[in-house]
Amino acid sequence: MRKVSRLSRFNVASLALGLAFLYLPILILVIYSFNASRLVTVWGGWSLRWYHEFFNDRAMIEAAWMSLRVAVSSATIATLIGTLAAVALSRGERFRGRTLFSGMLYAPLVMPEVITGLSLLLLFVALNAERGFWTVTIAHTTLTMCFVAVVVQSRLGSLDRSLEEAAMDLGCDPMRAFVAVTLPLIAPAIVAGWMLAFTLSLDDLVIASFTTGPGSATLPIRIYSEVRLGVKPEINAICTLVIALIAVVIVIASLASKLSSSQGESAAPL
Amino acid sequence: MSARRIFARPARLAAIAPYVWMVLFFLVPFGFVLKISLSQTAIAQPPYEPVFDLMAGWGALKAAFAALSIDNFKLLASDDIYVFAYVRSLIVAVTATALLLLIGYPIAYGMARLPARWQAVAMVLVIVPFWTSFLIRIYAWINILQHDGLLNQILLALHLVSQPVVWLSTDSAMYIGIVYSYLPFMILPLYATLAKMEPVLEEAASDLGAPRWQVFWLVTFPLSLPGVGAGVLLCFIPIVGEFVIPDLLAGSNSLMIGQTLWLEFFTNKDWPVASAAAIVLLVVLLVPLLLYERLQKRQLEQGR
Repeated sequence: MRKVSRLSRFNVASLALGLAFLYLPILILVIYSFNASRLVTVWGGWSLRWYHEFFNDRAMIEAAWMSLRVAVSSATIATLIGTLAAVALSRGERFRGRTLFSGMLYAPLVMPEVITGLSLLLLFVALNAERGFWTVTIAHTTLTMCFVAVVVQSRLGSLDRSLEEAAMDLGCDPMRAFVAVTLPLIAPAIVAGWMLAFTLSLDDLVIASFTTGPGSATLPIRIYSEVRLGVKPEINAICTLVIALIAVVIVIASLASKLSSSQGESAAPL
Repeated sequence: MSARRIFARPARLAAIAPYVWMVLFFLVPFGFVLKISLSQTAIAQPPYEPVFDLMAGWGALKAAFAALSIDNFKLLASDDIYVFAYVRSLIVAVTATALLLLIGYPIAYGMARLPARWQAVAMVLVIVPFWTSFLIRIYAWINILQHDGLLNQILLALHLVSQPVVWLSTDSAMYIGIVYSYLPFMILPLYATLAKMEPVLEEAASDLGAPRWQVFWLVTFPLSLPGVGAGVLLCFIPIVGEFVIPDLLAGSNSLMIGQTLWLEFFTNKDWPVASAAAIVLLVVLLVPLLLYERLQKRQLEQGR
């Protein structure tokens, strides 16, 4: 079939405006983080002053370190458990409690964070758990494993199942077939799921506020309390660093998924 | 037995770990929310009573059960602050979702009409801002919208206004923030359905003489309804409980329910009322949540 471009002027305009709307605010933020002036709105020339300020801010650095640790650990646990959940849902056929299982996995995707945060806190209080690194990590794992499960499940669903079946006909047991055939094929989705979990955790304010304890604030909690007091140029610098970190993670992960999926199929949605 | 069936047995076993995890950290906590929503505030640690103590024996447990009451729910229903907060949350969510649909649809439509090679690029471009921090994106808008921020500077320079406009702490700022943060969630499901649509259908309609708007209204839009449904639910549900955006961008004279819950919990330390507010919020969202789950399930489990 011939493929003609059916773009109208209206289509082009709405695309251009939409992308500008999405990117301009972030771009402005990044540019102003290099502003020498103390006044956030007056341009005083290029400078790294606010980055310097951040690296001398012990409380901020500690919060950033806490956030990174939580993000790496929760993303890793969430990827493991979330992948298992995806395998069970897309390859397990029917099993008892399946409806409840998928319900529990899909609900947190849209559940308002205040509810998730409050309910987990009440659990931790009832269990008399000391609040800090581990409670936040568990809370983030609970949220992000659902995203991992969806990303991996959608990849599993689009996979040709005859490949697994062929491996088994050739004498592999299911475990072997999974490790040798399925796992390499869903690897890009697993990587994408880890990235998504990592950034969601790094980003979360509400759930972390509920589940953390005194003295162990995460970066978003610190940023939030600063932002409430007004705009500070230092925050621009921190935000730019976070954006840079996430950009690096995305580039590495997309390179990794390109290397591992020679079919050239795109990774998972989202 | 087919290979598929043999494969399914160990696959089912994979459910055990995530199942236990979700029951423990997602389902059970709701039990605690429910229980504490029926308790009273106390100046103690934890700040509510009765506290169930399984070691205290049957009599104490029975007394604890008897002490539960629905007073907090009565308070929520009778106090205007809470009633207004729920109504406002719903109004904000409906308005914002409508705005998102109006703004997101043309963008998704434009994406779906790009040549295939460019569609992938456009999709990445829409997703990338979603990866950058939510808080950072709101903060970026505070920069732009503040009194001597970029928007007012531009408006003044163009002589569109004679004095700086107050943007921050207004509903318009909040709507800008919500639309900005949730736009990818609206665009992606819309794009997914629009991209799958057969262009032949639109061509046939226009060959048969339908004007452009009629082609859109009678063919394109009805066919994209599944995407509209997914996008609307994906935005509406979390916006109802939104906390950060109204807290940082809207004024403080009328609160959304997420903010009231936060206030009761962190400022007033009234855990029981906060829990009751969460339960009511959950009940309000139950129908859209169930709808969303069915949609998600259909999309993921019956092939795409």
